[in-house]
Amino acid sequence: MHLENEPIISLRNISVSFDGETVLKNFNLDLKNGEFVTLLGPSGCGKTTTLRIIGGFVKPDTGDVFFNGRKINSLPPYRREVNTIFQKYALFPHLNVYDNVAFGMRVHGKSEKQIRAKVGEMLNMVNLNGFEHRNVNLLSGGQQQRVAIARALANEPKVLLLDEPLGALDLKLRKDMQAELKKIQKQTGITFLFVTHDQEEALSMSDEVVVMDKGAIQQIGTPLDIYNEPKNAFVADFIGESNILDGVMREDYLVEFSGRPFRCVDKGFRPDEPVDVVIRPEDIDIVSPDGEHLTGTVQTVNFKGVFYEIIADVQGFKWMIQTTDCRQPGAEIGLSIRPDEIHIMHKSEYSGMFGDYTTFSDEMDEDIRTQPESEEEG
Amino acid sequence: MKMKSAAFPYLVWMAVFIIVPTMLVVIFAFTGRDGSFTLRNLESVGQYSNVFLRSIWLGAVATAVCLAAGYPLAYFIAQAGGRRRNVLIMLVMLPMWMNFLLRTYAWMTLLEDSGLINRALTFLGLPTLHMINTQGAVVLGMVYNYIPYMILPLYSVLTKIDKSVVEAAQDLGADSRKVFLRITLPMSMPGIISGVTMVFVPAVSTFIISRMLGGGSNLLIGDLIDMQFLGSAYNPNLGSAISLVLMILILICMGIMNQFDKNGATEGGIMV
Repeated sequence: MHLENEPIISLRNISVSFDGETVLKNFNLDLKNGEFVTLLGPSGCGKTTTLRIIGGFVKPDTGDVFFNGRKINSLPPYRREVNTIFQKYALFPHLNVYDNVAFGMRVHGKSEKQIRAKVGEMLNMVNLNGFEHRNVNLLSGGQQQRVAIARALANEPKVLLLDEPLGALDLKLRKDMQAELKKIQKQTGITFLFVTHDQEEALSMSDEVVVMDKGAIQQIGTPLDIYNEPKNAFVADFIGESNILDGVMREDYLVEFSGRPFRCVDKGFRPDEPVDVVIRPEDIDIVSPDGEHLTGTVQTVNFKGVFYEIIADVQGFKWMIQTTDCRQPGAEIGLSIRPDEIHIMHKSEYSGMFGDYTTFSDEMDEDIRTQPESEEEG
Repeated sequence: MKMKSAAFPYLVWMAVFIIVPTMLVVIFAFTGRDGSFTLRNLESVGQYSNVFLRSIWLGAVATAVCLAAGYPLAYFIAQAGGRRRNVLIMLVMLPMWMNFLLRTYAWMTLLEDSGLINRALTFLGLPTLHMINTQGAVVLGMVYNYIPYMILPLYSVLTKIDKSVVEAAQDLGADSRKVFLRITLPMSMPGIISGVTMVFVPAVSTFIISRMLGGGSNLLIGDLIDMQFLGSAYNPNLGSAISLVLMILILICMGIMNQFDKNGATEGGIMV
């Protein structure tokens, strides 16, 4: 029997490299039963490879894969109790919707009567009633996606692996499918391991988010944790917008940056330890420029609908501020930051790489976020 | 409209070189030497039914051998990596660079009673084999000459099968045998159909292979037709009637073949 608090899947000290290029290094991950876990990271961070190791399509160079405590390193994909929803769905083009969904049960030798009942149930779940005899090649992207979900879940897997399944859908459909996937996960109680490079998707769907970069885990936590308490500059920058400044921790609850001391809520650092200071753009209040606050000059203002996005120059460092108060470019402003809105991080290899909006442009940001994930396994 | 005007030269080509000759064959088949309408030509085709049966039988055997030998090879080539794959495909096509007649002559010198193979057997102290002028030699000639036409369309559909579709099948619980039977084989059906068509049609109507490797006793339809137009038994009307019957038989065979391709999907395959 499977114990509730035992991980259903464990990866231990996994290392993989393709053509001499390290994809995962000394990677450890536990998946708890019934959770919705997301692997989040930029292209080439190793998230798809992680999924393929669990699916059985990639053999790690070193390390072990455990399923319910049993080592499954050499178990071929067809004998693993996990199913995958592939990036481009990979539906069987020569079979209709019914036969696609029935495929897994047929190869497992289920009776046609059982199959008929289950296919009906699955198509009902993904709202594709009446599509049984449709040609899968003529379905829309969203419908193909639903067939892929029904096909994978018809096998009643213990774990469902989803490889950027929503990447090919347009924004509106993606939002709908996010809600639907979340609902299906709740309904079935199956462990979902979801791969995406879209931070918003990760935050809104997951119980737990695993932020990855360069083949290593940067942070594991609830969406709230990783947003509010990023561990390093990479996580702070990748999840949402962040101003990341060089600072020095003078003592517990007192940090100095931009040439001023600030009260904060962090402690446990060495005295005078150099740190990274994270301040989210929405946590900054604009006040009149008096001597008590940081002062800066507004450089650009962008209207974003709910708020204005202001880039302000404070002693040469470009801050991003999201506010409902409009200010004109060139205006002098004061920046008010509450102690609990200052987040302190230890220095890391990512220090100094992110968090200054000097080279920021909306278009570039958009480009990076919407770039399709390239094949990670060359 | 643009499509139509661009297609015009091809329409002319087809009319002059395909439709008109076919019509002439039909007219010749239904007329006597004096040009009057008659069914006698078609009636006398009946006496050659054994030749028809032999041609279809040998063509079918050669096609089956090509499929059985060509499929694994096409599969193997499709699995191979980029550079190696190109070299292998070139090797498959290499014999086609040489003249058809020359290739068949080469087989004659190999298979003859005093040919290279038998001389080698004698040298090794083994009994000689009678190979030339047998049906086996004809089938061998057909397989040798036409197998590239089986391999190429098969290779073309097999390389187009998305690797992720195969992975999806494995992921859903199919072992390699089931992946082949339920995914690879049905998805390569269009290639099988074009391959079978491209081997069967020329094999049934060949006349050089049977004449050179089959001797006088293994006459095929092609030889029969050849004789009516160029040979001793000069009778173009009978020759046309035989051609017409052959054409209809092949069309029926193809019709049956296409039933196997349930979806009528011909993507990837080369249709004839």
